Amino acid sequence: MGTTNTQGRLKVAKNTDAETMIVATNLTKTYGDFKAVDGINFTVRKGESFGLLGPNGAGKSTTMKMIAATSQRNGGDLLILGKDPNKSGPEIRAHLGVVPQQDNLDRELKVWENLMIYGRYFGLSRKFLKGKIEELLEFAQLVEKRNSKTEELSGGMKRRLTIARGLVNEPEILMLDEPTTGLDPQARHILWDRLFRLKELGVTLVITTHYMDEAEQLCDRLMVMDKGKIMAEGSPSELIKKYSSKEVLEVRFGSDNNATVAEQIAGIGERLEILPDRILVYAENGEKALEEIVKKGLHPVTSLVRRSSLEDVFLRLTGRTLVD
Amino acid sequence: MSLNVSTENKMTWTGAKTIVDPQRGIRRGAFYVAENRIRTMLKWWPAIIAFGLGNPTLYLLSIGIGVGSLVDKSLGANAIDHVSYLTFLAPALLATAGIQGAMDEVTWPTLEGFVWDRTFFSMNSTAISGKQIANGVMLAAMARCVLQVFMYELCLLAFGAITVQSIPILLLVSSSAGLGFASIMLAFSASIKDDDNMFALVGRFIITPMFMFSGTFYPITSMPIYLQWIAWISPQWHATNLGRALSYGMPIEPWLLIIHWSVFLIMALIGFNWAHRVFERRLSA
Ligand SMILES: Nc1ncnc2c1ncn2[C@@H]1O[C@H](COP(=O)(O)OP(=O)(O)OP(=O)(O)O)[C@@H](O)[C@H]1O
Ligand SMILES: [Mg+2]
Repeated sequence: MGTTNTQGRLKVAKNTDAETMIVATNLTKTYGDFKAVDGINFTVRKGESFGLLGPNGAGKSTTMKMIAATSQRNGGDLLILGKDPNKSGPEIRAHLGVVPQQDNLDRELKVWENLMIYGRYFGLSRKFLKGKIEELLEFAQLVEKRNSKTEELSGGMKRRLTIARGLVNEPEILMLDEPTTGLDPQARHILWDRLFRLKELGVTLVITTHYMDEAEQLCDRLMVMDKGKIMAEGSPSELIKKYSSKEVLEVRFGSDNNATVAEQIAGIGERLEILPDRILVYAENGEKALEEIVKKGLHPVTSLVRRSSLEDVFLRLTGRTLVD
Repeated sequence: MSLNVSTENKMTWTGAKTIVDPQRGIRRGAFYVAENRIRTMLKWWPAIIAFGLGNPTLYLLSIGIGVGSLVDKSLGANAIDHVSYLTFLAPALLATAGIQGAMDEVTWPTLEGFVWDRTFFSMNSTAISGKQIANGVMLAAMARCVLQVFMYELCLLAFGAITVQSIPILLLVSSSAGLGFASIMLAFSASIKDDDNMFALVGRFIITPMFMFSGTFYPITSMPIYLQWIAWISPQWHATNLGRALSYGMPIEPWLLIIHWSVFLIMALIGFNWAHRVFERRLSA
């Protein structure tokens, strides 16, 4: 099931023979005249963990909703589990797990009831769900809250419940739109660990996030989006290699001086990025770059040399920092 | 900060391919939605019973008996249709109960599902389609409608306003009116973007006049002719007239019988068609 479509397979045959889960060709979504997703192409294979990065409004959630076989595309082709969502939406959705950006739990129902009714929507038996609910409460660390109404939960607890709910049908593809927003650091790490286990079980993950550490930890492959288009695609390390230098020197001269200093140190390193509070110098060797700056008689208030990260890739591609 | 990552989570995992039969959800989606709606309603069952029986009792005590004896006194007993005023009133009250009961369970839940809680969007991320959500909401509303009418009938029976034999047909007539009107309201509620003031307007300018000018308290023939058209487009009047004819045998032209039933049917057809389109469109935006 889900693998019978030859068209989807042919398109990715060049890459691998692993089962293809999602194939998007020139995928487009418009709202009125506005193109929220503007002709993007990508493929996701079985067992892969695929990440969507991009600033606010890039079109990540819109893309996720189309893959979730709910939002209808306005152009291009889309195959999910080998089927066209325009024709086989319910069949596709039966095998997907969806964690939307906005929690949409049923406020009037208790925690366990939310899992129960959601499972019922997939036609799962009450008997099966009884056992499943116990596992999921455990998964979401909400065992003690089983009888609370969802409106009594904290923001992070709601998020965990929404994630657990998305697993009730043991989906082939799990779609997570900013899963860890609102989670405390411990809950985030537990979630990463558990998502990693799901991946080992062969579950395909599609994740959007604004946290670069999350993207580096969880995703085998990333797609950076901006204004509805794909800016870059590759594994985290490939992207860093391609779009950033090996090291980054961060120097601060005080907010008022950054602009003037930047003119003086132009030419040092491969590239400069001037942020409101600091200057980033991209260089093969950060220490050397710092020496050159000091040689010019400039003395930064603080300086720091670090390895390039996805954060730098993101800044380069979208001109925006992630966390403002 | 301690990151005490407990990894003790035993997940059994067979996979959706094996455990989920898509066809099952596709066949029975509407019932799952109704199941959820009824589960939510049942949380309020004491209130549903208390209002379902208490409201009619109080109403019948004050208006029915009080006004009834006044009418009977001034016009002479059994002046309208040769039955007591309460018997004349009963089909109209049941029509109101049916329409109101069904309407309450489509309007608020639909606004909640699309706007407040967005629960319809979570239903729609499973195998369930927009059409099935609309049908499921309607199904649960009809369960509530039938229950509400039935409780009203028990009260009317206790007051001697209807006979036991007329219970099934009056139930059918009132619920059909409820179905017709509620399906239009289902579509209408689904079209509301986020403004619940719309309901207040609809209440004031459509529903209240509908009840006022539908021959509830007196035959529409005693209304001025320029107001009678309101009755003709009101399911309340069609249900009242039909109920009177079929319960205590108010004389009625046969063609009018067909018209009454057709009105409910046509409203339901238009309502469902419209609702299905709005639900599908809104969920796939
Ligand atoms: N229902 C809608 N109607 C009109 N415009 C929409 C709708 N949904 C999204 N958009 C627009 O489409 C664009 C992409 O939105 P989307 O939600 O996909 O962004 P995103 O990448 O998920 O952003 P964020 O990081 O803020 O979640 C935005 O400009 C948004 O305003
Ligand atoms: Mg988003």
